[in-house]
Amino acid sequence: MKEEFLTDQLKTQEYFLNMGPQHPATHGVLRLLLKLDGEILRNVDMDLGFIHRSIEKMCERDTYKQIVHLTDRLDYLSSHINNEAVALLVEKALNIEVNDRIKIIRTIMDELTRISSHVLWWGVMGMDIGALTTFMYGFRERELINDIFEETCGARLTMNYNLIGGLRYDIHENFVKRVKDFVAHFKKKLPEYDKLLTGNIIFRKRLEGIGYISKEDAIAYGLNGPTARGSGVSCDIRKIHPYSAYDMVDFEEAIYTEGDSYARYKVRIKEMWQSLSIIEQLIDKIPEGEYKVKTKAVIKLPAGSFVQRVESARGDFGVFAYSDGQKFPYRFKFRSPGFANLTALNKMSKGLKIADLVAILSTIDVVVPDIDR
Amino acid sequence: MILNIFTDIHELLLGLMSEEAAHILELVLIAAGYLGIFAILGLLLVWLERRVAGFFQLRLGPNRVGPMGLFQTIADALKLVSKELTGTVKADMQLYKLAPYFVITTALMSLALIPFSYEIHAFDINIGLFFLTSVSSIGVIGIFLAGWASNNKYSLIGGMRTGIQMISYELSVGMSIVTMVVLAGTLQISEIVEIQKDGWLIFKGHIPALIAFMVFMIAGTAESNRTPFDLVEAESELGAGFHTEYSGMNFAYYFLAEFVNLFIISSVAVVLFFGGWLSPFGITDSIPFAGLFWFGIKVVGVIFIFMWFRWTFPRFRIDQLLTLEWKYLLPINIVNIVLMALMVWLGLTF
Repeated sequence: MKEEFLTDQLKTQEYFLNMGPQHPATHGVLRLLLKLDGEILRNVDMDLGFIHRSIEKMCERDTYKQIVHLTDRLDYLSSHINNEAVALLVEKALNIEVNDRIKIIRTIMDELTRISSHVLWWGVMGMDIGALTTFMYGFRERELINDIFEETCGARLTMNYNLIGGLRYDIHENFVKRVKDFVAHFKKKLPEYDKLLTGNIIFRKRLEGIGYISKEDAIAYGLNGPTARGSGVSCDIRKIHPYSAYDMVDFEEAIYTEGDSYARYKVRIKEMWQSLSIIEQLIDKIPEGEYKVKTKAVIKLPAGSFVQRVESARGDFGVFAYSDGQKFPYRFKFRSPGFANLTALNKMSKGLKIADLVAILSTIDVVVPDIDR
Repeated sequence: MILNIFTDIHELLLGLMSEEAAHILELVLIAAGYLGIFAILGLLLVWLERRVAGFFQLRLGPNRVGPMGLFQTIADALKLVSKELTGTVKADMQLYKLAPYFVITTALMSLALIPFSYEIHAFDINIGLFFLTSVSSIGVIGIFLAGWASNNKYSLIGGMRTGIQMISYELSVGMSIVTMVVLAGTLQISEIVEIQKDGWLIFKGHIPALIAFMVFMIAGTAESNRTPFDLVEAESELGAGFHTEYSGMNFAYYFLAEFVNLFIISSVAVVLFFGGWLSPFGITDSIPFAGLFWFGIKVVGVIFIFMWFRWTFPRFRIDQLLTLEWKYLLPINIVNIVLMALMVWLGLTF
């Protein structure tokens, strides 16, 4: 009787809600077209391209040395890792062997980048759920990392520290001490994060069982990075295809099998602990040596196609180059982790509420310039 | 001597004009006074909120304009006053413009019932608490209208959420007030305070009063649309919710009313549980206007708790919000009223 009443007497209408491109929860200029029934999501359509800058096309008119700098602007939160992907690709193609000093510094910087990205994600995550204070706490630690970056290479966000065949500058004499200080500081502060957010009953209720995606679906959608590891998919490039100094360290791949938003949250928290452990293992092992390998003024890749994958803060970041032997690549392609992760948004959020969509979007950790390129 | 200030003014006016005219003029003066209190309260609370938020968020908060940044909110208010009232042409103009006044008027009317001290209490009727709850529940109409008349989907969702939330939590606020009324035995606010001369009601009613206080604090947070119940605005979901389309002073009305409502909720908590303007152990009860000090301190204490909530907790989802009210708070409340009635009947209160 109740159902009949609802369908016969109360005519409800599905409606569209335009979320973005200017919306606080879409982390940039992502436009979502929601089909809603009251507050319940019936469908989520994505409209991309608001920050498309044709970086891949621009790469075709740039030399390989220039391309390294362009990659900063993809996923700006892991700019160092992006730089490294291109540098590694060219080094692999030309058989340039870099020494352990370069490898270890690169890896330490990678992990610092990962922590700074995850810390920002944590702050924004809290803010999306409604706890505004977390943002400031996240930035407290991020500032310390940015200070280390600034001292090392003069930049705080888009660093351009990696070059083909090494690094732009040698590390600062304070580097080791400051990184150690940071690790000690962050080890004390990470439990505070748990106290403030992870253990909160409202927070747990908002994430647990929300945005579920099974392991099979996660693989089918091509999810990667922490988003996929929350569904139990082992996909850490640092483990599968170790690059730089990742084969020298012992760390655990953060995997949870629940597949919900909370699992994705826990993966990133655990990754921060693992990153700290990696930095601790490497920071005392930086050997003496050159910080840069001499390369030719004009780099020409041999004809053929080359691929390099790295684990950025958001997942599997791939670089593909097709060279016809010129100093410019014929085709340059980035495989961005965020794009694949975003495709699963509809699957994860269908049938849930608007508030859940915001939470899910946050646990996917989208960075729109990475998706649009 | 300060006590005589009101009588002095009264006699001065009586000497100048007829009794009716003096009476009307007095009412106007009181109304003007309350408007002043309204504005100052709003500004002070906004300042307090920003300082407290800064304190919680490893920041300083406003600290440049005036002593401790006190004039910052005044500067902000002046900015809001001078701003153009932009809006949407698609709105239902009459309702759109009317909506803020519902909120501001009800907040003002509720303010009249607040006993600042023994001397300053504008409107003390025998059904004070009943009047307060009924007036403050009219305020929801303003928010609802704003959401509806703006002709904006985000506003509409915000307005709908308000309707659901305020109506649900009104029940809990009302029920916890009823629990305390059972103990106090009166609805008149001044009498409720007087009863507490030999002990605050939260001690007198011990267990049921404590439960009622917790329920009141939770439901009060929801009533004033603050985190973790700020779904009405929910900036990460709805942009600004019901007041998305409002600008300038129209927006400021909502903003001020929100903070004045926070003050009213805290004042009711102080009156019901912490003895209103009374000083602890009656140490300063003989000094006129000392109640103002104690009342202020207690209210700021309760407001601080509300602010603490706001800057710590994440936000509820709409279904969780309703579950909390209808499945937990309401049954607890009903049982609590029965418990309180039994305690009062058996004389188990202090």
